[in-house]
Amino acid sequence: MADTYLDLVNTPLPGRIAKALGLPRPSVLRRYSPGETLALDPVLVAGAGAGADALADVLLGWDIEVRRHVLPGEKLSAAVVVLDRAASPADLAAPMLELGQAVRLLVPGGRVIGLLRSSADTTNPAEAAARQGIDGAIRSVAHELRNGATANGIVLRGDATTTDATTLGALRFLLSGRSAYVDGQFIEVTSLPAASAADLAAADTAAGEGVPDQPLTGKTAVVTGAARGIGAKIAEVLARDGARVIVVDVPAAGEQLARVANSVSGTALQLDITAPDAAARILDHAAQRYGGVDIVVHNAGITRDKLLANMDASRWDSVIAVNIASQLRMNEQLLASPVFSGTGRIISLASTSGIAGNRGQSNYAASKAGVIGMVRAQAAAFDGGGRTINAVAPGFIETDMTAKIPPLTRQVARRLSSLQQGGLPVDVAETVAFLASDAAAGINGQVLRVCGQNLVGA
Amino acid sequence: MADQAGAQNAASPRTAVVIGGNRIPFARSGGAYAYSSNKDMLIAALDGLVARFGLQGERIGEVAAGAVLKHSRDFNLTREAVLGSALSPETPAYDLQQACATGLETVVGLSNKIKLGQIESGIAGGVDSASDAPIAVSEGLRRVLLDLSRAKTTQQKLKTLATLRPKDLSPSAPTTGEPRTGLSMGEHQALTTAAWEITREAQDELAFRSHRNLAAAYERGFFTDLMTPYRGLTKDANLRADTSLEKLATLKPVFGKSLDAPATMTAGNSTPLTDGAAVVLLGSEEYATANNLPMLANIVDAEAAAVDFVHGDEGLLMAPVHALPRLLERNGLTFEDFDFFEIHEAFAGTVLSSLAAWEDADYCKRVLGLDGALGSIDRAKLNVNGSSLAAGHPFAATGGRIVASLAKTLSEKGGRGLISVCAAGGQGVVAILEARN
Repeated sequence: MADTYLDLVNTPLPGRIAKALGLPRPSVLRRYSPGETLALDPVLVAGAGAGADALADVLLGWDIEVRRHVLPGEKLSAAVVVLDRAASPADLAAPMLELGQAVRLLVPGGRVIGLLRSSADTTNPAEAAARQGIDGAIRSVAHELRNGATANGIVLRGDATTTDATTLGALRFLLSGRSAYVDGQFIEVTSLPAASAADLAAADTAAGEGVPDQPLTGKTAVVTGAARGIGAKIAEVLARDGARVIVVDVPAAGEQLARVANSVSGTALQLDITAPDAAARILDHAAQRYGGVDIVVHNAGITRDKLLANMDASRWDSVIAVNIASQLRMNEQLLASPVFSGTGRIISLASTSGIAGNRGQSNYAASKAGVIGMVRAQAAAFDGGGRTINAVAPGFIETDMTAKIPPLTRQVARRLSSLQQGGLPVDVAETVAFLASDAAAGINGQVLRVCGQNLVGA
Repeated sequence: MADQAGAQNAASPRTAVVIGGNRIPFARSGGAYAYSSNKDMLIAALDGLVARFGLQGERIGEVAAGAVLKHSRDFNLTREAVLGSALSPETPAYDLQQACATGLETVVGLSNKIKLGQIESGIAGGVDSASDAPIAVSEGLRRVLLDLSRAKTTQQKLKTLATLRPKDLSPSAPTTGEPRTGLSMGEHQALTTAAWEITREAQDELAFRSHRNLAAAYERGFFTDLMTPYRGLTKDANLRADTSLEKLATLKPVFGKSLDAPATMTAGNSTPLTDGAAVVLLGSEEYATANNLPMLANIVDAEAAAVDFVHGDEGLLMAPVHALPRLLERNGLTFEDFDFFEIHEAFAGTVLSSLAAWEDADYCKRVLGLDGALGSIDRAKLNVNGSSLAAGHPFAATGGRIVASLAKTLSEKGGRGLISVCAAGGQGVVAILEARN
């Protein structure tokens, strides 16, 4: 599980040898710890217009040193390019070339964040070309960055502005160490209906005041498949962010599940999520112990890999039953239950296998692509209220599962991403926790990849 | 408020409820837990309970548990287990030992404290390992070692060592033999089984039903919130879901072979030596309500008894037969008032001898001082989720297993339940649980 090459290349002599030989030199990523400073060095806000000005003001309010133009030789924590007014491809030149100057000055673990509007929201060909052009440019910058720096975009849908609560929530996430392994991705945000914005503000002041590092204070979360790996880490991060956590896994994993529950001061519920009454039992438990449930993380999943030619019905069926059919059934029951909060969040674990496909994983890919389909379709049922449903699609994450990949294949898979390394379970967990927070209220029906911009599934 | 509560206590005690339970699967001796100590297993059972109910860091009123086979290093076993668990280190604890009735007796003791308002919450239970049993050195070696530690000069030490004899070096392993009779529990029960003329077929039938009922309980997920796997074991290792009357009939008798009557007790209709631990969370209604915890059943009452098995007046494991009429009378109840019976299956012969005794008018008059037969028990209400023959019987853990399982059954089906547990030393404890309306 340990990436020994990464450890080696980050020591002086082997590092110099790797450089001389032109070998990949993955960096140790900057990861979040409570109380972290969002930006130690100045942040560049490039781009012109009211949106850019307003955003620069907000960043100043966050006690960040803001630059509107590159000062030669000055280190930058991040470069935010505001392109919400791009009307034709010609409008990209100035801000992108300024960004080009800025990326040279980024500190290790630096951030590039583009703010743009969606090409889907315009019928003007030149405007759409400009907007889609930004998408391509940012993805390319992400490939060019080194030293653990990442480039991502925030796509404003409809009448969303650069300073909407959700835009700022996404920006904060992308600037922070929480997004260490999110690279080359675009998060679409919508503005909140006034009513739900007010609800969230009220909830925030009631529960979250005075605990900025605990955005989930007062929330109750359920994490399935929580006995091990990514699920256990999700439970840990949600608890760290202030949530009370109900951890769920099959009875056979009860011993590890109890350990996780005790480490996060939560409660363990031994349960097979494919049982017809699984959601009912979770809701009963949550209602009795905590009075309701705010966050449901559908993490439980299995693999039964075989080439399709050798696939039998039991392998196919069991993967579909656990990875997607159970979620469909549970979501239906959650939505129908008053126990599931009016500002509830569902976060479903997809996979880059579900986006790009993977040899020997037709059943798994069907289930994970199914999750993506489900989330997009279900978003409509959630839209307009405070509830959201989103998916997180991990790429190559260092877990017991990926540790079983043959060594050479594993080495190659690690280096295929822009960050030249596998992600850690905590990277997935941080993204889940972000989507579970009130700050992500305007993010709905999205599939956010945590893959270090892996070539696979790009 | 305090005064008011005090006045209330004097008048009528509060209600004590079973909130839930947790046990680790029971392993056959020498099996999955061969290298687990009593402390390890008790901690595992406690931690599973803590995880199920979110009790991390919580100060419980009191924890009472015990073990029958206990090492000298297991001094303060329960308190040490609490310190090793996720509970608050400010949780007091004590050990109790009443042979196989240990677990049930801890439930009785703590529920009484709850009823009196002395504590709000309690965890009762027990643990036993027949694998990791203590082995004592011989009396001769022990004396030599003690003398040696007191010897001051080398000469004195050599002199002390010289008194050691080869036979002193063989350890004395623990036995299930009764100290006063030298007979093992199985041999004692064989006497009782023969006296009550319990047939081999009836015993095998009871054992078969125990396995079948336990397997069915697993099948419907009954144990998912009563059990936490441990050391790779996810089910009771003793369970033979595929056993049959035919298979049980092929086993050779192991107890009672020297009696005049035919030997009927086999490894199939006797409980095997087992390792395991079980705990039960108890509380006042106020505690359960304040902490949003479920209330499965009320602990109504309990009674203990002891019999003179030494002089052969009564069978070693027949004490519950004596305790039960007293308990029923005190509560104004008869067998008809119960929906579930949990009679610990130390041996199939024990259960059947007890049933036979309660059905025997002459015995009930002569020995128990009743007007006539106490009555008979509807077999469909007996050990409906399997019992010790199928699950195994880690001595002190059995009470915790039974109380939690019965309380859950009552919460699902309603009604009233009776528990009867026999114990070495000619003792027994019986108790009544009641569903909450």
